[in-house]
Amino acid sequence: MKKILILFISFFMFASNTLANSGNLVIVTSFPKDLSGKFKAAFESKYPNISVEVVGKKTTAGIKYIQETSSNNGTDLFWASAPDAFEVLKGDSLLAKYTSQVKGIPDLVGSYPINDPEGFYTGFAAAGYGMMWNTRYLKANNLPAPKEWIDMADPIYFGHTGMSAPSRSGTTHLTVETLLQGDGFNEGWGKMKSIAANFKTVTARSFGVPDGVNSGDFGVGIVIDFFGLSSIGSGFPVGFVYPTVTTLVPANIGVIANAPNEKNAQLFIDFLLTPEGQEILLDPKIRRLPVNPETYAKAPKDFPNPFKDSSIGAAVKFDVQLSKGRYNLVNSLFDVMITYRLDDLRAAMSAIYKAEEKLGNKNNAKAKKLIAEARALVAALPITEAKANDAEFNKIFKKKRKKAKDIEKYAGTRQAEVEAEWDKFVVDNYSNAIKKAEEALKAL
Amino acid sequence: MFKNLFLKSTAIFIGLFLLIFLAVPIFQVFYVSFLDQNGHFTFLNFYDFFQSALFIESFYNSFYVAAMSVVLASIFAIPLAYFTARFNFRGSVLIQSLGFIPLIMPPFVGAVAMKLLFGRNGSINLLLNDWFGFKIPFMEGLNGVIFVESIHYFPFILINLITSLNSIDRTMEESAQSLGSKGFRLFRRIVLPLSMPGYIAGASLVFLKVFDDLGTPLLLDVNNMLAPQAYLRISSIGINDPMGYVIGVILVLTSVSAVYVAKLALGGKDYSMLQKGGGGMIKRNFLPHQKYFAYFVVFFILFLVLSPHIALTLLSFGTIWSFSVLPDAYTFDHYKDVFENSVFIKNTLLYCSIAAFIDIVLAFFISYIVLRTKIIGRQLLDYVAMSALAIPGLVLGIGYLRTFYSFNLPWNDKPLASWWFMIVIILAVRRLPYALRACNAVLMQISKYLEESAESLGAQKTTIFRKILIPLMMGGLLAGFITSFSTATVELSATIMLVSTESDAPLAYAIYSYMQTAAGRGPGAGFGVIGVLIVAAGTYLSQLIIEKKYKQRGMDAKVD
Repeated sequence: MKKILILFISFFMFASNTLANSGNLVIVTSFPKDLSGKFKAAFESKYPNISVEVVGKKTTAGIKYIQETSSNNGTDLFWASAPDAFEVLKGDSLLAKYTSQVKGIPDLVGSYPINDPEGFYTGFAAAGYGMMWNTRYLKANNLPAPKEWIDMADPIYFGHTGMSAPSRSGTTHLTVETLLQGDGFNEGWGKMKSIAANFKTVTARSFGVPDGVNSGDFGVGIVIDFFGLSSIGSGFPVGFVYPTVTTLVPANIGVIANAPNEKNAQLFIDFLLTPEGQEILLDPKIRRLPVNPETYAKAPKDFPNPFKDSSIGAAVKFDVQLSKGRYNLVNSLFDVMITYRLDDLRAAMSAIYKAEEKLGNKNNAKAKKLIAEARALVAALPITEAKANDAEFNKIFKKKRKKAKDIEKYAGTRQAEVEAEWDKFVVDNYSNAIKKAEEALKAL
Repeated sequence: MFKNLFLKSTAIFIGLFLLIFLAVPIFQVFYVSFLDQNGHFTFLNFYDFFQSALFIESFYNSFYVAAMSVVLASIFAIPLAYFTARFNFRGSVLIQSLGFIPLIMPPFVGAVAMKLLFGRNGSINLLLNDWFGFKIPFMEGLNGVIFVESIHYFPFILINLITSLNSIDRTMEESAQSLGSKGFRLFRRIVLPLSMPGYIAGASLVFLKVFDDLGTPLLLDVNNMLAPQAYLRISSIGINDPMGYVIGVILVLTSVSAVYVAKLALGGKDYSMLQKGGGGMIKRNFLPHQKYFAYFVVFFILFLVLSPHIALTLLSFGTIWSFSVLPDAYTFDHYKDVFENSVFIKNTLLYCSIAAFIDIVLAFFISYIVLRTKIIGRQLLDYVAMSALAIPGLVLGIGYLRTFYSFNLPWNDKPLASWWFMIVIILAVRRLPYALRACNAVLMQISKYLEESAESLGAQKTTIFRKILIPLMMGGLLAGFITSFSTATVELSATIMLVSTESDAPLAYAIYSYMQTAAGRGPGAGFGVIGVLIVAAGTYLSQLIIEKKYKQRGMDAKVD
């Protein structure tokens, strides 16, 4: 017994000794080790006196961590992809202003401003959504690689595709929002649902999509470019393409308010933007788009360049304010209509596919009408565009604790209540769509 | 009256520990579920829960999956346990050590390995499709969840059942035999009832664990179950959304009632046996044809339940593994990465052994207080400790940040919540239920008379603990230690909230951070394999210790 105790105590001492030397730049990041480690090493070799401590956390956990620890802040930098994560921190006054003096960075990438106009966070790389596919999978199933979003709504892909939920990943949210803004609210959702009907899965983690495509679990996934590009770089048998309608979004870094090592934090931001720092982004395991146009000269041949190829990310004029206003509502709507009711949606669409297949080129007005009605039922939304954009209604979906007096017009309405109503609407519509499709099948 | 004072103060100490490190942090988060929009107390949120078709369906699904998993896990565990305890069987140590491994499923990478093997386009289905032209949906929908959960958690039943069978007093069986009972009747009247405490302990752990499990449904993208619903709401709608916590409260209530039902199932019966450490059941030799059958069954089950780990090993040595039966080529490179970052391994060893040690000490005293004393509120200790099982790790992690971040450590002025020891505590709290069920089951089998006779001979409580209870409970304590230790090695959801510097991070965290990139799969799997090896080595060692104990006490009969 005593021996065990002594063993434990000595363990204890050993461990606390190793902790004595803490770094003097602390970065909380959502980036994987492959990315953050490379930058840490390069920065430390340039500034040997500064030791960098990188703490990896999921974006949501990172935000939570910084919020919960703000009273006693020990973090210097927050470093992550999604601009909305920085908006949350900015909204809570947890970021400090800093504008880097490094030259040669343009104002826009695609149609999105690289830096926060108010100067609270800085973009250092860009990324856009596209489609990635497993070449072995497509060959085995005799499928072509898709080129545009709408290709993924083709019945041939039924059960072969995947995507992450926008509520799980800020960048997926931007893809959905881009679709809604590009095609209009109602048509955009209709398109989204017809794409979703082919999903094998809606993954809970954004990395679940490239994981699934890399393993060959499903054939085609909607992913952010660096997942696709770095999978190619790591040797997986996969391909990646940007569709015409996509938005390029900067990945960002920002100094935390009351940072213990503010000077070092600013030094690190400058380093990210220098040609040296930007080149690290081209590493085959990283593959993000640099924000410094000159860095592309050193990129591999097939590497996309948004500053030259104006077709990437320019098709939609992205309205940041509109997106921000209905952010949580769009997430919730997606989950209610697609994520949680994927089986129902798939069943409805597969009934429609069956009827359409039998219809072929026949001229059967009744069947055509029934199929159109079934499709309309699937596409129908439980909410109008006007209400979805209503700032008052959106207050119900705010992340912060809702107080009745903040909600005013809709006081007393609870998010769970609204969602239960939507759910009922959606489930009824999907099952009615099946009935219509079956009727159409009988009429043929 | 010193004896009672000692126990009472221990009870109070444990109560305080659970209050500070479990109840307060949970309360910090959970009270939201009882607030309306004005911050007044309300049950409206619970009304919303029962109004929502999705939530009701999720509740039903969770219940169905948990119950079916117990059934399937029993089918895996019972033959293995029975063969090792009943027969002279070479494979016993193998079963007892390897049968444990499935509990250790490293986060993320374990999922990838499972999919590469059992998934729709995993090795097995690719082969089936080539040979016979069909596929089996192992990993689809609720049945997929049941399949994976049973493989993952059946060791809970295995371990507890083996411990129970091995502590059956041989004289019971002998007396029954001398009275003419044999065959199935002997099994039904003696073996089955006497092994009940272990089986129920294991089965209730499986039920609870599956009911609350988040990882597996998420990995299979099954959203319509309670735990994923809670998680998705908390992490996507926000930490202050009441519905996530309403679901949390319902999970806790269901878990506590499951423990209560398990207690009722055992209630009113006396499972204690006087001659403790009675060598277990009488060992028999297999008849020749029985032997082949037994080996076949054992190897089949072991192969099935260990297949995810075989896939994990392949993944850690493979270069690219995509839509193919096996990896394209093999390499040692991933392990280079692993050993360059061995600090994670060291941290895991340190944290988990301290946490598991804390667990068995607490579990020993809690089960003693619950089963042997009349201290008021003793049942509450048990229930509160068990409720840790149902608290989502994320919630507990956030609760810790909220509760402990504003206190600074006296020696370096850093927040208490960022101290590495808090990771140890949170691991200990989260894994306490495992150790507790194991201790509870063994203590139930020990007759009170042993302690009472020692007491009447003037022995102090501490002497009784040291000389009687601890030696007799060794098997259960070790089983508890190993279960807590090994499941703690792969804990991620709570620790990820508390890790404040990478040099303090455990292995599960390393796996997490590698598994965020396409190139990180190999090293992630490598870390997973190392974790599994650590646990396997620990389990094997403790098996040796148990065997040695038996030998020392002249119980060689068990091994001959």
